Amino acid sequence: MTVGGATVEFEKIRKTYGDFVAVDDFTLTTEPGEFVTLLGPSGSGKTTVLNMLAGFTDATAGDIRVNGQSVLSVPTEKRNVGMVFQHYSLFPHMSVLDNVAFPLRMRSVARAEARDRALKALAMVQLESTADRMPDQLSGGQKQRVAFARGVVFEPPVLLMDEPLGALDLKLREAMQLELKQIHKTVGCTIIFVTHDQSEALTLSDRIVVMRDGRIEQVDTPNRIYDRPANKFVAEFIGQTNFFALESEPSTGAGNLPELGSSIPLPESIDARAGGDWWVSVRPEKILRIAEGAERGINFDAAIDEALFLGNEVHYQASLPGGRQLQFREQRGPDTPLLARQAAVRLGFDYSDAIPVADTHPASA
Amino acid sequence: MPAHSFRLLSLGIGIVKLLRSSDWLIVPGVLLLAFFFVAPTVEIALSSIFDEGLTGKHFERFATKGAYVEVFRRTLVRSVWIGILCVLIGYPIAYFIVHRSLRTQVFLMLLILVPLWTSILIRTYAWMVVLGREGIVNNALIWLGLIDKPLRMMFTTGAVYVAMIQILLPIAVIACYSAMTEIDRTLPRAAKVLGASPWKAFRHVFLPLSLEGALTSFVIVFMLSMGFFITPALVGGRKDAMLANVIAHNVEQLNWGFASALALLLLVATIIVIVVVRLLANRFVGVRSVGMAP
Ligand SMILES: Nc1ncnc2c1ncn2[C@@H]1O[C@H](COP(=O)(O)OP(=O)(O)OP(=O)(O)O)[C@@H](O)[C@H]1O
Ligand SMILES: [Mg+2]
Repeated sequence: MTVGGATVEFEKIRKTYGDFVAVDDFTLTTEPGEFVTLLGPSGSGKTTVLNMLAGFTDATAGDIRVNGQSVLSVPTEKRNVGMVFQHYSLFPHMSVLDNVAFPLRMRSVARAEARDRALKALAMVQLESTADRMPDQLSGGQKQRVAFARGVVFEPPVLLMDEPLGALDLKLREAMQLELKQIHKTVGCTIIFVTHDQSEALTLSDRIVVMRDGRIEQVDTPNRIYDRPANKFVAEFIGQTNFFALESEPSTGAGNLPELGSSIPLPESIDARAGGDWWVSVRPEKILRIAEGAERGINFDAAIDEALFLGNEVHYQASLPGGRQLQFREQRGPDTPLLARQAAVRLGFDYSDAIPVADTHPASA
Repeated sequence: MPAHSFRLLSLGIGIVKLLRSSDWLIVPGVLLLAFFFVAPTVEIALSSIFDEGLTGKHFERFATKGAYVEVFRRTLVRSVWIGILCVLIGYPIAYFIVHRSLRTQVFLMLLILVPLWTSILIRTYAWMVVLGREGIVNNALIWLGLIDKPLRMMFTTGAVYVAMIQILLPIAVIACYSAMTEIDRTLPRAAKVLGASPWKAFRHVFLPLSLEGALTSFVIVFMLSMGFFITPALVGGRKDAMLANVIAHNVEQLNWGFASALALLLLVATIIVIVVVRLLANRFVGVRSVGMAP
């Protein structure tokens, strides 16, 4: 089964509950067949956005269009979007097959055809053999796959998934992520996926929408989100990182890093004097141990506090002479010695690995 | 070890195990039921067929006297109707309540519960005050000029229905409500987003999942009405006597055997109706299955 994905446009969507603004100024356009993830901490408005698209909640202002048609006045059952819920929401009184056939039966598809199509959808998630079971006879991962089959069986152009893997344990979650990616390729519908797990978002998405307090902080591909975070919040939320305070030098246009006692050249686009609170973000894997004479852009001395051995990699926590702590990582082979506690090391990173980010405060604050 | 001491030993172990687990907590309940329910039921069954030797005369008397059959039929039909009406009225009330905010739910359920704190006798007297010749309804209608002389509402079948439904309705609401609170709130939503209109979502998802509660409430109301006694006697007319009234009358006359026969018939009829209702109900709800996988 393949479906053309839809273009979904959110235009300046706003949702308020009394005085409380749950979603504000949410503007986003998906490509057909794109896998877009809404990522943000709890309460950032991700579910609210999905619910407005599904028609469970009315938008206070703005417009939502699917393939150019506004859907705001269309009742939920006519919006033709698929949805997979966090706790599966399988109908406990129907067999697996009847669950998957349900959307087809609601669309007046004849019973024989509904059965065939439901079986095909179950085959896609490798669960034909459970067709005659009741939902409570399935494992968590199987329920999730049935819910997925039910969400796509009627070939909706848009599929909404609200933390669909949230209830699964880590191993199963990773397996399901792979499977989901493959199925998305075959089905081809536009997927809007919600999670607050950043690694899941990085793995699955074509684009990630990072949200905070109901607003979009950044929309970009996973690698750009990771490598070029738009601000301090995004840098902190996605992956691990070290922040160093950044002060600009009015005379030279360079940026000082007082904690490291060095400075970096700042691109012209960044004016750390223009106000706000500026930092550089340096990912732990960009900070390297350096040998004598092999200096990099920024170099400094530190002492090892802790070592976390992970086989192919070691995560170190170290402190600067002033006491400030930082994280760095080291790929290792069989001959790489582990650094002991208290060991003195010389560390460094390139200018290009120091990403200047501003600590923007949410508009409401 | 001789067999009997072995048996004694295993009995001893059994008792110790029972006392260790918390299962022994049901012992008082079992004893109570054995003494006050099973034993009297057996006693009643026996005294209906043994009256100076094995006899079918009590059942014969029932079957040959049209009046008794009529009372029996009336009791059965009336109880079924009151069961149905209580569910038809109580289910929407429960549906309304369960879709309110939690605070409102607690408040509304409290209102439903309050009448249960008052005895059936007192509530029946209250209906006499409301429906009597000089009662509230008649006085109000006369005062409004809608009627000239009081309507006859007391001692009618209508009065029995109204009073019994009012008395039993809270029980129906509670049984429906408690079943509805068990339903996962996201299921009707899931049904809608998958293409079910509000009616279909109700019909194919909410209703089947709350049917058990509706049935339970029918069954409880039906069973209670089968044994109703005070209300038909006080607000009904002479033609409104129910089987329990006839049984009471025969007990007063010391016709134990005949009273027992009637009681046994009441019990059997109740069980039959409950079984039939259960069997029928399963056929009515749910989307027609698309069948089994090949
Ligand atoms: N019905 C409501 N009434 C009032 N406030 C609400 C309502 N629904 C949601 N909110 C608020 O809107 C904000 C956004 O909620 P939402 O459920 O969209 O968050 P989320 O990003 O999905 O969070 P999570 O990751 O915890 O699921 C929250 O602060 C929440 O308290
Ligand atoms: Mg949510």
